[in-house]
Amino acid sequence: MTTTTDLVSYEDALASYDPVMGLEVHVELGTRTKMFCGCSTELGAEPNSQTCPTCLGMPGALPVVNAIGIESAVKIGLALNCEIAEWCRFARKNYFYPDMPKNFQTSQYDEPIAFDGYLDVQLEDGETFRVQIERAHMEEDTGKSTHVGGATGRIHGASHSLLDYNRAGIPLIEIVTKPIEGAGARAPEVARAYVRELREVIKALGVSEARMEMGQMRCDVNLSLRPSPTAKFGTRSETKNVNSLRSVERAARFEIQRHAAVLSSGGTIIQETRHFHEDTGSTTSGRVKEEAEDYRYFPEPDLVPVAPSRAWVEEIRAALPELPLARRNRLLADWGISATDMQSITNAGALDLIVATIDAGADAASARKWWMGELARSANESATPLDALAITPEQVARVTALVNAGDLNDKLARQVIEGVLAGEGTPDEVVDKRGLKVVSDDSALSTAVDEAIAGNPGIADKIRGGKVAAAGALVGAVMKATRGQADAARVKELILAKLGVAEG
Amino acid sequence: MTDIIKLTAAETAAKIASGDLTAVQVTEAHLARIEAVDEKVHAFLHVDREGALAQARAVDDKRARGEKLGPLAGVPLALKDIFTTEGIPTTVGSKILEGWIPPYDATLTKRLKAADVVILGKTNMDEFAMGSSTENSAYGPTGNPWDLTRIPGGSGGGSSAALASFQAPLAIGTDTGGSIRQPASVTGTVGVKPTYGAVSRYGMVAFSSSLDQGGPCARTVLDAALLHEVIAGHDPLDSTSIDAPVPPVVEAARNGSVDGMRVGVVKQFRGEGYQAGVVQRFDESVELLKSLGAEIVELDCPSFDLALSAYYLIAPSECSSNLARFDGLRYGVRTGDDGTRSAEDVTSLTREAGFGPEVKRRVMLGTYALSSGYYDAYYGSAQKVRTLITRDFERAFEQVDVIVSPTTPTTAFAIGERADDPMAMYLADLCTIPTNLAGNAAMSLPCGLAPEDNLPVGLQIIAPALKDDRLYKVGAAVEAAFVEKWGHPLLEEAPSL
Repeated sequence: MTTTTDLVSYEDALASYDPVMGLEVHVELGTRTKMFCGCSTELGAEPNSQTCPTCLGMPGALPVVNAIGIESAVKIGLALNCEIAEWCRFARKNYFYPDMPKNFQTSQYDEPIAFDGYLDVQLEDGETFRVQIERAHMEEDTGKSTHVGGATGRIHGASHSLLDYNRAGIPLIEIVTKPIEGAGARAPEVARAYVRELREVIKALGVSEARMEMGQMRCDVNLSLRPSPTAKFGTRSETKNVNSLRSVERAARFEIQRHAAVLSSGGTIIQETRHFHEDTGSTTSGRVKEEAEDYRYFPEPDLVPVAPSRAWVEEIRAALPELPLARRNRLLADWGISATDMQSITNAGALDLIVATIDAGADAASARKWWMGELARSANESATPLDALAITPEQVARVTALVNAGDLNDKLARQVIEGVLAGEGTPDEVVDKRGLKVVSDDSALSTAVDEAIAGNPGIADKIRGGKVAAAGALVGAVMKATRGQADAARVKELILAKLGVAEG
Repeated sequence: MTDIIKLTAAETAAKIASGDLTAVQVTEAHLARIEAVDEKVHAFLHVDREGALAQARAVDDKRARGEKLGPLAGVPLALKDIFTTEGIPTTVGSKILEGWIPPYDATLTKRLKAADVVILGKTNMDEFAMGSSTENSAYGPTGNPWDLTRIPGGSGGGSSAALASFQAPLAIGTDTGGSIRQPASVTGTVGVKPTYGAVSRYGMVAFSSSLDQGGPCARTVLDAALLHEVIAGHDPLDSTSIDAPVPPVVEAARNGSVDGMRVGVVKQFRGEGYQAGVVQRFDESVELLKSLGAEIVELDCPSFDLALSAYYLIAPSECSSNLARFDGLRYGVRTGDDGTRSAEDVTSLTREAGFGPEVKRRVMLGTYALSSGYYDAYYGSAQKVRTLITRDFERAFEQVDVIVSPTTPTTAFAIGERADDPMAMYLADLCTIPTNLAGNAAMSLPCGLAPEDNLPVGLQIIAPALKDDRLYKVGAAVEAAFVEKWGHPLLEEAPSL
């Protein structure tokens, strides 16, 4: 196998071809027990300690459907604007693999629980792109293989493999898009935005934490190119298990460039599975199968059909939480900000924090200002996610309250936040310990103002002559003298009053 | 001692309850009988002498403490080796599970234990319940107690032979296409395939999930009913289990009657391939029913002619998937793991060595029938036939209360006679398969010996789904009339071994 791949530049690729994508996302549900047995789904347990005859595929053992799993699937289906099947069955997907105890996966085939929906996703510039959803179906996860003795944990060259069936039978929802057309050069961006929006939806529904780094959400990127948007679809490649938002975008981009190189040199794309490599941002061919896999699907005879009543579906629909896009649009209107502003807030992972800060009593503008300014910078510098900073929305709200009461000015407030982040205590404790109170005593201020006027007679004259803007220099002098603990607006008022000038 | 083993289960339970016999005495008598005859019959794959005696002692202790005993407490039973038994080998008649000790009890096993039924051991069967003669067992064939050179039926030949040779008064079978009824028929015993979903399949090693059904085997209709009541009932561990009360089968068995009942005779259940003596005894049975007050109605069920073909697509398809788990990786025999071979190769070698020819034939058939491009023509069409058969039954049961037929077209054939001719073997289930496809209930009970070979003939009674009690009502009436006519139960004519 060659390790280098011919690529054409992204711009050239897009000049000659139109990309079509299909995205398949697997979400591990956060149910307490597995899909077809009562075993725990807790992560991190001793290998094979969370197993039973059913999830080990013992002779005679039978599955029983997890009702919460069905409910979660219905929730996801409704949130993705899907139809919910009135009657559907599980199906067996037959293939041999050691990490699959029964050597078939209990899944759904031609009767998915949810189908024909869409998800509106927002691109960086705030534009909305509608991704059509083909289906969402229920299935079970496989166990985990660890290959020992070979290089880099791959099966090739391994002396033996270890199998952990704790994950076998954990409920999965597979969400499959219809072919995504019309995205053009923005296809990789759409892919990323789709997976991000889907993750937000899943989290908002509370059916999974959807943490991609933990494998709770995994994405397969199917991609093909065609000469023009009206031509029929080209042959696709299937890049499996792309496990971060950034990787989704990069994988799509890489495949566009690779396909274009193959096609423009007269070659043909092989329909194959490909692996994405985080380090190089490239994909390599998976095992080429000599014959097409035939899964011999048939309806699972050990399970009765699932028939969610319409009343129950409507009950679930009525209880759905506000979905992320609607929520963002509502907040955007409430706060009077632009779609791009909102985009940066979501990208920074600040939305929930800002809302929580507002809920704790802060005004929207201040909450936004702190989280997207000082705190975002601090998070960036320390390379930690915003929500992992050592400050709570309630504490940020307290700082804004102190500012609004005139107890702190912005400069002091920054120091308070710095203190909280450094673990010096609550905002009030930091204020006390560092002695960071605004000097609001007019007599103390008055003395400082008098001194500033006396020390800068030329500037004072200019102000007297009507050049109000020159007051800034005197304010600066007062602030310096009070070590920043004065309210700048009040200082300016005092200066103008003493010099007998009315504010223009 | 000879007397104990000839008792019915109901009589045995009564004697234990009254103190005339202890459960240990009863168990010892049956263990002695097994010791004496099973070398010839080969009904058991595993005898759990210690476990059985311990269970029996527990029953005697209960009685000594004055605790109330269940209706089958202390009665010995032969369990088909397809149900898991914690700590006791379960092979399903296959080499691939040789030495496997299940870590859990099947729901049926649990129910038997809870009812204080004494499990003597596990009985021989066609490998994975695939066969009609028990010749497909990886552990050698079982002889028919009426003639040890003949087959005891299959797949549950071990259970039927154990009953007919008085090694146990009760047995458990499973019926996917006739594996309870056909063995009952050829051994002169009683076997019932309950309505699909009546008896939990949890812990019953699957052959064909949508057809498999466990059920009671006994020497009398009442004994079968008592056992039916113990093993049937809803099980939350089996999604296909019926969530409804068990029909009043014991009450029906105690009040046998066909007076005023409409009994159907299906024209598709006769003709070519039916042995003359079988047809003769069946016709006599119909006359008997008439004389007991039943009205006989001729029925036409045209789709029944397609049942065998549909069955041999559906059952192999499901089995090809159900048996995929036997890969040697987690349990059972593993072949070829010498440290150089891949898991894929070891799986291949294990299945090659572990499965017998009939299992391989069906796995291949099913794999083919489910493959893309053939699914609609094979599996899809077979499911349509299944629907047609169900409709034929529905129409029939608008006109009649039960249907009767011969259980199997011939009496017991010789061991080896059909072993190389799968099609001839499959014909043994001609009359039993429609019931499995439709999911309703059926019983086989003895209706005499065929004049030409003096071997037992079985009468099949078929009832609508959930009306299992009708089988017992009709069966008890027929049984009583025959015993009166013969002057004794049919099994008394069997050789003494």
